[in-house]
Amino acid sequence: MPVKDGNSLYAGLTDILGQEFVSKEPEELYIYSRDSSANPPRPVDYVVMPSSVEEVQAIVKLASSKGIPLIPMGAALNLEGLTLPLKGGIVVDMRRMDKIIEVSEMDRYALVEAGVSQGKLISYLEEKYPMLQHSVPDAPPSATVAGSCLICGYGHLSTNYGTHAEMVNGLEVVLPTGEILRTGSAMLSTSLWFGRGSLPDLTGLFLGWLGTTGIVTKLSIRLYPRPPIRDMVIYMMQDSSIVPDVVYRITHTEVAEDVSIVGQERPEWMKGYQIIAAYVSAHTEKELDLKKSYLKRISKEEFKSKVSFMEEAPGELKEQFMELPFFATKVADWKKGGGFEYVGAIMPIDTLPEAWEKGIDIAHRFDMLYSYAIRVVEGGHHVLFTYSYPFNRADEVSMHNALSALKETQKLSLALGAIPWKPEVDGQKEIIKKMDKGTFKLMQRIRKLLDPGGIMNPGNWEVD
Amino acid sequence: MALDDFKDVIHRCFRCGYCKFTSNYTDFNCPPYNKFRLETFSPGGRMWLIRAMMLKDIEPSQHLADILYSCTMCANCVEECRFKFHDDIVDIIMEGKASLVESGMVPPTARDFFKNIYLSGNPWKEPQQKRGDWARHYGIPVYKPGDEYLYYVGCIGSYDQRVQKMAGAFGQLLLRAGLSFGILGEDEYCDGNEVLMMGEQGLFEYLAQKNIELFKERRVNKIVTLSPHAYNVMRNKYPRLGGDFEVVHYTELLKELISSGRLKVPGGRKIKVTYHDPCFLGRWNSIYDEPREVLESVDGVELVEMRRNRENAFCCGGGGGNFYTDIIGGGESSPSRIRVREAADTGADIIAVACPTCMTMIEDGLKGEDLDEKIMCNDISEIVLDAITSAEEG
Amino acid sequence: MASGEDHVYEALRTIVGDPFVSRDREELYMYSRDPGASIPRSADWVVLPSTTDEVQKIVILARDMKVPVVPISGGLTLSGLAVPVKGGIVMDMRRMDRIIEVNERSRYVVVESGVSQGKLLSFLKENYPMLRHSMPDAPPSASVVGNTLIYGSGHLSKHGAHSEMINGLEVVLGDGEVLRLGSCALSPYWFGRGPLPDLVSLFVNWFGTTGIVTRLSLKLYPSHPLRDMLIFLVQDPKTIPQAVSMITSTDMMEDVLIVASRPPKAPSVISLLTVYLTAETHEELDFKKELFVDMFKDFGQEGSRMVFTPKEMLPQKLIHGFMEEPQYAAATADFKKGGGFEYVGVVLPLSKVPVAWKMGEEIARKHGFDPLYTVRNVGLGHGVVFAFAYPFNRADEESLQRSRDALADTNDMALELGGTPWKSELEGQAKIMARMDPVVLSVMDGIKRVMDPGGIMNPGNWKHG
Ligand SMILES: Cc1cc2nc3c(=O)[nH]c(=O)nc-3n(C[C@H](O)[C@H](O)[C@H](O)COP(=O)(O)OP(=O)(O)OC[C@H]3O[C@@H](n4cnc5c(N)ncnc54)[C@H](O)[C@@H]3O)c2cc1C
Ligand SMILES: Cc1cc2nc3c(=O)[nH]c(=O)nc-3n(C[C@H](O)[C@H](O)[C@H](O)COP(=O)(O)OP(=O)(O)OC[C@H]3O[C@@H](n4cnc5c(N)ncnc54)[C@H](O)[C@@H]3O)c2cc1C
Ligand code: SF4
Ligand code: SF4
Repeated sequence: MPVKDGNSLYAGLTDILGQEFVSKEPEELYIYSRDSSANPPRPVDYVVMPSSVEEVQAIVKLASSKGIPLIPMGAALNLEGLTLPLKGGIVVDMRRMDKIIEVSEMDRYALVEAGVSQGKLISYLEEKYPMLQHSVPDAPPSATVAGSCLICGYGHLSTNYGTHAEMVNGLEVVLPTGEILRTGSAMLSTSLWFGRGSLPDLTGLFLGWLGTTGIVTKLSIRLYPRPPIRDMVIYMMQDSSIVPDVVYRITHTEVAEDVSIVGQERPEWMKGYQIIAAYVSAHTEKELDLKKSYLKRISKEEFKSKVSFMEEAPGELKEQFMELPFFATKVADWKKGGGFEYVGAIMPIDTLPEAWEKGIDIAHRFDMLYSYAIRVVEGGHHVLFTYSYPFNRADEVSMHNALSALKETQKLSLALGAIPWKPEVDGQKEIIKKMDKGTFKLMQRIRKLLDPGGIMNPGNWEVD
Repeated sequence: MALDDFKDVIHRCFRCGYCKFTSNYTDFNCPPYNKFRLETFSPGGRMWLIRAMMLKDIEPSQHLADILYSCTMCANCVEECRFKFHDDIVDIIMEGKASLVESGMVPPTARDFFKNIYLSGNPWKEPQQKRGDWARHYGIPVYKPGDEYLYYVGCIGSYDQRVQKMAGAFGQLLLRAGLSFGILGEDEYCDGNEVLMMGEQGLFEYLAQKNIELFKERRVNKIVTLSPHAYNVMRNKYPRLGGDFEVVHYTELLKELISSGRLKVPGGRKIKVTYHDPCFLGRWNSIYDEPREVLESVDGVELVEMRRNRENAFCCGGGGGNFYTDIIGGGESSPSRIRVREAADTGADIIAVACPTCMTMIEDGLKGEDLDEKIMCNDISEIVLDAITSAEEG
Repeated sequence: MASGEDHVYEALRTIVGDPFVSRDREELYMYSRDPGASIPRSADWVVLPSTTDEVQKIVILARDMKVPVVPISGGLTLSGLAVPVKGGIVMDMRRMDRIIEVNERSRYVVVESGVSQGKLLSFLKENYPMLRHSMPDAPPSASVVGNTLIYGSGHLSKHGAHSEMINGLEVVLGDGEVLRLGSCALSPYWFGRGPLPDLVSLFVNWFGTTGIVTRLSLKLYPSHPLRDMLIFLVQDPKTIPQAVSMITSTDMMEDVLIVASRPPKAPSVISLLTVYLTAETHEELDFKKELFVDMFKDFGQEGSRMVFTPKEMLPQKLIHGFMEEPQYAAATADFKKGGGFEYVGVVLPLSKVPVAWKMGEEIARKHGFDPLYTVRNVGLGHGVVFAFAYPFNRADEESLQRSRDALADTNDMALELGGTPWKSELEGQAKIMARMDPVVLSVMDGIKRVMDPGGIMNPGNWKHG
């Protein structure tokens, strides 16, 4: 949709940001209309990079007065085209707002601007607060902390402490009206961001909404203790149906920091196996040994020959598994093609075996190898099951196959009672179709309330 | 090489952005990205745009030229990209620029750069016959067949007043070590590294051939270069054009002269020094230790590291011709100013450099930051020479 | 009004059947007050639905008749939150007390809103000995839903406040619409909130003003056969943040609770920090005990130590009380032999505990009380719920008033410190809202309008201006 009144809008934007951080050049429009996924490009009219809340406010007010869509963007690494405009408009790249404003060591939180990358927070904490850590997703370190929280992402501490949305203490948001809203404890005291507190919860209005309710400018997230020792053990089995039991037992011990399950067809030795990696962290060797002995006992006492247990993972494998963030991005080059898509589906662990077996069918049907990474969330309350489909960006057929497999997997997930995570626009429609009608109506009413002009990332969470 | 040779590689860039960072993610380490922040100015952005240009989804334009020419060829992306094709990234960017050259769409300053070098052998249209003038003051001889080393100085060392001192310092050290060596003086010509990095392949070949012929004619075997840029191109690119010489960088040679005892370095005054790795020495050619060893061999020098060092060093912003084209521009977030602030954070008295380009950029940065009273920029030879002469003066 | 009342009454009878509606004085008396110190406020009808369908019908009736509806599930907030502000129908949820489903492997339970803490506790013990829920120290008659919706905290609050343990809801909005929020909105499973646009939060701490929760899925956690505790005498409350931070940095404890009180006949206030431990084996339990005992061996200096106090040295009755699940905190109510106590709970960052402690002491003394505190860690040192309690004698108006005054001062102090007062009564809510930005208030108003267009849901709460 061509944006009307282009010149005065451009002039307005440059008034706010200066020439340097507004673009309508073909080069920027090209890049920002594409992400790393297999989604076809969707046109962008302007790209802006604000550096302060005031600038964001001014942009929002301008866009709102002209009825131009705004698409907030972190690093655009969601792999679902969620930052590609569905109705044209202005992409708001938040990454100039990248200050780590405060870390409270005692109260274990970090207050950061929306553009702060995972990498920046990792290195900052490592250097300044070695006793603390945040939950790091397996995404590239250039992904933003905000992006992951706002899409209910998952990281290496999610096995114990839940999704990244649940780790949000509070937000500062520029509403579609241009007003600033602070949520959580900051509703009462703008200098304290320690939690959501016992106040009417407004934080949820921005979690999982995919940028359709406002632009988040700051967020406070929980930090967690970082024990000095970290290690892992591995369970291997060749029967997906026992995975739920094994995971249940592992999580029952409450000694694992992180539990992931992987399965892939390459390298050859991995084919047909379910590999469960249980990470353990500890303050002392003695603690580590005790914890590992618990994990060992499970396989010995309860599953005997069905599960093989490795107290020490083979060197190279271990090195890969221990990296933070885990280099999941490597899948992108499997087809030597610079891309991969994945479906993340949130499901109860009981559905894992079926999800596993049927996923293999889908991969094979579309001429691909199956590749799974599954993370157990919050002590086993659910799992995030990701199916990856690498493709070759230069090969139409391969891109098409990846997208088709993706859609099939999404359908499968919904049929299994799972919920597709950060779904692309078609997936959103599938979800809405299955969703309680009243719930969807309420979503629409909330949106209407917060964004009467319908300028925030329109087209998302909508029906045709 | 041509862009087409990379057609099976270029789309493999996932735009994941590892390449923007240092290895431990402390900072953005791609200088133009750090400055401009638009995704287009990131290494992945360049990869995607070059591919778009190949596919004709994007036309060559001045803006595209700015995006590609703001790349300083610092190779941080090569270092940090996690994929197998990482070695190709700078080559692809180089080829991208070559395409722009072909379509006549290069930034005006780059055009001047090429033209001046073509016409005058240096970027500033300085007269060729004055190229060796600086050396007279130091009594540095002209190379004659049979000398052990050709001392290749390069354009900046020959014409920039500040860098001439650097060139002189190294020359004096060679004299003191009793080495037989000489410069080409008014016969020296641009080495072509920047020209190549900026995609003017025709001009590069012309320069390289010219140099190779001259070196051969003078029966040169060993070359010591002042500039890591010249070092890079002579060592890595000349052989393919028939120019097989033994090339060393001056820090390597100093290291050898000192450890073999040919050059005696008595203790100097106590100074705190931080060393700025030049991209074409460090990331391009993996030389990290020799310069540091030379500095550490000077009694009284306390070597302190900047936050970003070695593989993670932040480029001064001068490479890829940017010391001349100035596409990244000045201001607080210009690479050189960021770098000198980082140096200042170490509490060092001196920023040691080992590259003429770095020296000019860092000097500018110091002035820009008003730090030129507080911290000095010296090259490694100057520091060594100063230690020797001040000891002599007692 | 009279004819309207009759109509409401008749309609309610048709919906739930005769015995479950009342407008008799006895019921109205009961439902007009709670065990706290607030002044009674009248109710007009009391109704006890048994299904979501009935709840929906009642809400539609109330919507059409424009009468308020106040849900009550346990009525134990002590701050009058389920006592009508503007009259109307009190909807007692306690007939809806089915435990609908336990998903053992995904560790959740779906309960109806009238299920009591006690019922869930015993149900799990009997049927799912490997699972437990986070039990508050409230009387077992408190409801799971009521407690969860108001940021309750309990024995497993290292996993967060109870509101964070909600996996999904079934709700009836103010306009009578029934809907499901969380994974259950599109899945037969109630395993989590996300990754959908979050709507569950619109019922967290809203005190029934956004709708009525009829079902709730609550996260459950592993239960271990062994449970024990370590008690430390706190010499200097200033060291509490440090101590809690150290304890929680291990994630090896079940719960951390600090209690300060002056036991009958004791010369002064005694502060005890208790670390609860659970374990699968004795080896594990011993390991944990040793870990925490060692942790505090060299802690602080004389006057600021955490003195490990073996259980054997303390009165067995006290120990027994501490180990009970739920703890018999209600004992406080009889401190004054007067059957009442009221407290202000405040959610505070850990770092503010010492200053709150000190200021609480001043307030207590000013109003003639000894400090009586319970401080519970929430998350891994991510915050605390700090309860300042003031027992009173219900038969003595002066003692009631002193309690109320102390509460008011405590609220002010809490707000001054940047804390968020927990389950605030009307006055507290007013103070909170006075500190809120107009944008926050207008969004809150807007949300209420969306969820409850007729303004019938527990009106008077979270109302400003
Ligand atoms: C290889 C790979 C592995 C991955 N592994 C994981 C993983 O383990 N765990 C995980 O959680 N994720 C993972 N991801 C997904 C990716 O990391 C997340 O999508 C990413 O963290 C989101 O951050 P972003 O900065 O890229 O957000 P974007 O993609 O830019 O944005 C995501 C959504 O949030 C909205 N948004 C962004 N910023 C704002 C704002 N300031 N205000 C309002 N709305 C905003 C956008 O409009 C969009 O809808 C992986 C991705 C890749 C490529
Ligand atoms: C001695 C004592 C000790 C205590 N210790 C603790 C403790 O350790 N931890 C703790 O967390 N709490 C504690 N409490 C507080 C008490 O547990 C809470 O007040 C109680 O958990 C709230 O539950 P309830 O069933 O009483 O809720 P109610 O009083 O019934 O309701 C609370 C609020 O929620 C609303 N509401 C109720 N049901 C619904 C519904 N179905 N849908 C929508 N809104 C609804 C009501 O209108 C009201 O506003 C203690 C209380 C006492 C008396
Ligand atoms: S160059 Fe490498 S690291 Fe950079 S975006 Fe492309 S694939 Fe990622
Ligand atoms: S070579 Fe340096 S400046 Fe060029 S893209 Fe790579 S990191 Fe950026």
